[in-house]
Amino acid sequence: MTKVTMTVNGKAVSGDVEGRTLLSSFLREDQGLTGTHVGCDTSQCGACVVHVDGAAVKACTMLAAEADGAEVNTIEGQANADGSLNVIQQAFQDHHGLQCGFCTPGMVMSAAALLKDNPKPSEQEVRDYLEGNICRCTGYHNIVKAIMAASGQDVPAMAAE
Amino acid sequence: MYNFDVEKPGTIAEAAAAMGADEAQALGGGQTLIPTLKQRLASPSTLVSLRGVAEMQGITRDGDSLRIGGATTHAAVAADGSYPALSALAAHIGDPAVRNRGTIGGSLANNDPAACYPAAALASGATIVTNTREIAADDYFQGMFETALDEGEIITAVRFPIPQAAHYEKFVQPASRFALVGVFVAKFADGVRVAVTGASNEGVHRWAEAEAALSADFSAGAIDGLSVSADNLIADLHGSAAYRAHLVKVMTGRAVSAAS
Repeated sequence: MTKVTMTVNGKAVSGDVEGRTLLSSFLREDQGLTGTHVGCDTSQCGACVVHVDGAAVKACTMLAAEADGAEVNTIEGQANADGSLNVIQQAFQDHHGLQCGFCTPGMVMSAAALLKDNPKPSEQEVRDYLEGNICRCTGYHNIVKAIMAASGQDVPAMAAE
Repeated sequence: MYNFDVEKPGTIAEAAAAMGADEAQALGGGQTLIPTLKQRLASPSTLVSLRGVAEMQGITRDGDSLRIGGATTHAAVAADGSYPALSALAAHIGDPAVRNRGTIGGSLANNDPAACYPAAALASGATIVTNTREIAADDYFQGMFETALDEGEIITAVRFPIPQAAHYEKFVQPASRFALVGVFVAKFADGVRVAVTGASNEGVHRWAEAEAALSADFSAGAIDGLSVSADNLIADLHGSAAYRAHLVKVMTGRAVSAAS
């Protein structure tokens, strides 16, 4: 076991991990932050997306030991300071951007990473950015609408509607 | 996963020393290796994480040559733009989260037969720089998942000559986002190089007939008369060998048309 220390949602945390401990396991099992979901555990689905030093990564495909010293942000750190939903989360609620909700933490974290780099993405850019986030309910249209709304843009009519 | 130790060297020298341990395995971004470990298809005693080696990070341009540190992420290459066709290739590997972790050195060391970077390195005539030597791309790729790397050898950088015009055309296998077939075409003053990934049981390879035709006439029509043999091409549930042979020619033509 080796000791790792990192900042998670602004708070310094540390714990003992094995070499093989995944960042997703450390967050969920050591830190009790179960908002980071493990869907496929094979790097495909993106339910486990968190931010490490500002970049979106799949927490199930990174070792906790590699996050030693890093700044990690998870879905639990997304709400506003008063506990209200942030702009992206509120947009997901307003536009029914979730059905079962399992993929939502990863979707919100990917959306946040996209809007940080590209504050006014086109609909196609949103869809391209979500390439690695799978919604098993196939609710993509409303997820894209929510992210467009969160970016302050008009919500497009979708071809399938 | 079986358990292992994680070493995090800060220099190439420390990394090379750590790789000397019994059953040590280099870890780039882990986007292939970690899923492989989860399936217990490998059981290293030590993973040597290369992401923290500062000398292996970053991109520097020197005239018509681009040097990319072995631990540089796909996202960083995508954002660079000095070699536009290479940046465009990097921008379509996997998905954004994968590109934020995966590294060029990791991709080339693994030499997946459907990976994108091997096509760029081979078509560009890149030089693979390791902790002990420099290897020409033509000598580096030795078959599916096979490379010229020795035990414990680390890719510290890759040097790309920047061509006059180039393009990578990828027919995406949508579930994996690897190339079903990908073709990288690079036009230099002394000729054209064409590298094909995703198609062959031998891994990435050059297409000599297309290179000769395109060196004489760099237009999509120049390859009209050529045909690709399906012998020894990959056949799986995503496409037959004959389908891949067809795709090689179509992707090559598209890559030439789009080259800039």
